[in-house]
Amino acid sequence: MKSWTPKAIATEAKLLLIGIPVLLWTLIPVYHMVLFAISSKDSATSGHLWPKNPTLDNFRIVFQQKHFYLDHFWLQLWNSLLIALSVGALTLFVATTAAFAISRLRVRGGRTVMNLALFTYFIPAAFLAVPMYKTMGNYGLLNSQWALILAMVTIASPYCIWVLKQASDKLPYELDEAARMDGASPLQLFRLVYLPLMVPSLVAVGTYSLLLAWNEYLYAFLLLSNDRSVTLAVALGNFLSADDSPWELLMATGLIYALPPAAIYYAFKRYMVGGLTAGAVKS
Amino acid sequence: MSSTATATAAPLPAPLVNLGARHARWQFWGAVMVVPYLLVFVVFVLYPVGYGLWLARHPQSYVKLVEDPIFFRSVINTAIFLVVAINIKMLVALVLSGFFVTSRWWIKIVSAIFILPWAMPSIPTILSIRFMLNPEWGVINSTIFRLTGADGPNWLNDPSLALAFAMIVHIWKSLPFWTLILVAGRLAIPTEQYEAASVDGASSWQKFRFVSWPALKTLYITSLILSMIWTLGDFNSVYLLTGGGPADLTHVLATLGIRYLRLDQVDLSMASIVVALPLVLPLVYFMMKRLSK
Repeated sequence: MKSWTPKAIATEAKLLLIGIPVLLWTLIPVYHMVLFAISSKDSATSGHLWPKNPTLDNFRIVFQQKHFYLDHFWLQLWNSLLIALSVGALTLFVATTAAFAISRLRVRGGRTVMNLALFTYFIPAAFLAVPMYKTMGNYGLLNSQWALILAMVTIASPYCIWVLKQASDKLPYELDEAARMDGASPLQLFRLVYLPLMVPSLVAVGTYSLLLAWNEYLYAFLLLSNDRSVTLAVALGNFLSADDSPWELLMATGLIYALPPAAIYYAFKRYMVGGLTAGAVKS
Repeated sequence: MSSTATATAAPLPAPLVNLGARHARWQFWGAVMVVPYLLVFVVFVLYPVGYGLWLARHPQSYVKLVEDPIFFRSVINTAIFLVVAINIKMLVALVLSGFFVTSRWWIKIVSAIFILPWAMPSIPTILSIRFMLNPEWGVINSTIFRLTGADGPNWLNDPSLALAFAMIVHIWKSLPFWTLILVAGRLAIPTEQYEAASVDGASSWQKFRFVSWPALKTLYITSLILSMIWTLGDFNSVYLLTGGGPADLTHVLATLGIRYLRLDQVDLSMASIVVALPLVLPLVYFMMKRLSK
């Protein structure tokens, strides 16, 4: 620790002058959500900064599905989880094989595939949603969870391929040569040499695609409509259509829905920040 | 490249023959392994985009679109969103990235919390902001009432205020990501450059002007453009805060297309996206050139 000279104190004060507003800016909407989630129906809207009688009743109501908006809470939570896990696994498969083929096997036309992926990555999400919705209808997939899973794999994999390709290119080529000399087949190279070395990047893109799918609203709400097949995000959006929505229950459900991604993010923060920014900063 | 290296290492004729076959086998597996992504691309990108353009082929769709006053308003809103929100966001991200690279134990904690809006899903957080703005019982207006005894404005009922709040929501949600990117950019600058500048007696502004900015400029511009492209597709900030209202005056192109879709006017929906292409395609082209070097 440095000594507290006037100059050092002035520097700290200046930093605090940025840090405190940044904290408030970040936390006020989150705090507001927590406040609603632990307030009873009438005290939620009283405008106090802390409820007089904080309660966990809202969570009990949500968990016991004791409101007609929440009839399928557990099923919808399960849907969110199942869809996110499927998207994570499928994206990992699609992106890892593509990145390996392009970067390590140097497949002919690999550059073109890279450009196709980049192109997809740059299409604004809401613009692809309309044709995607019509196409899923043509494929007969509307209202099937496969529609959402495949749509999210489509949206997640380009960035994952990009990040994995950046990371793959950094692995020394001598490893491949040594494996080839030992007579390894391409699949053995992939399984025994490539995958173990790529673990940190795989964790990063796997987490990224899982969170993307869990957090998705637009595609989920377009592609799924049946109460028993929708994700929790869509169910939360449905609260909005009522005139007298139970705000406190909505915020309690929202908090339950928002916690897993935040927790996963913090658990894998080291990998994610490294993996995702490495892909972006390269240019 | 590798085959020549192998060939010089093993100058026997027999393996040389094998090399061609082996190369073919590696190419074969390479092709097999890009097929999953190619399938995804063809089935869920190429076909939808082509089909969408086909749906948007009738000239009368565009006439109807241009005659819809909501369309005109959406274009203006989108332009305001892009120019105002993105520039504010990226400038703040640039400043904050300077704050977050300062090494203090408490700044590490702040940076961990700062990422929350990005890590959390849009819907509960944007709805939370929406409730804060409720004219009757939202926390903002009840605070105004307690302090002044007067009723606060009906924030989301005024189209320009509502749009401003949608931009604030957008900035709240995506600022952490861009700050993170610029932090990574700043961390890549060698510290010796700052030390040298300190020795020369440079002020912090001069350090930024002559060391940080030249190093960050390319990344900043890339981020600005990418952020513009993505913001064109930002549906949540507007839809979850205002639903496009009041009176459909806060729609942007991203929500307008979905609005037409919900009204079963698919041709208008696609047309509203097609008219954005002259703006999107140059940006995409720029990004692809930049990144696929």
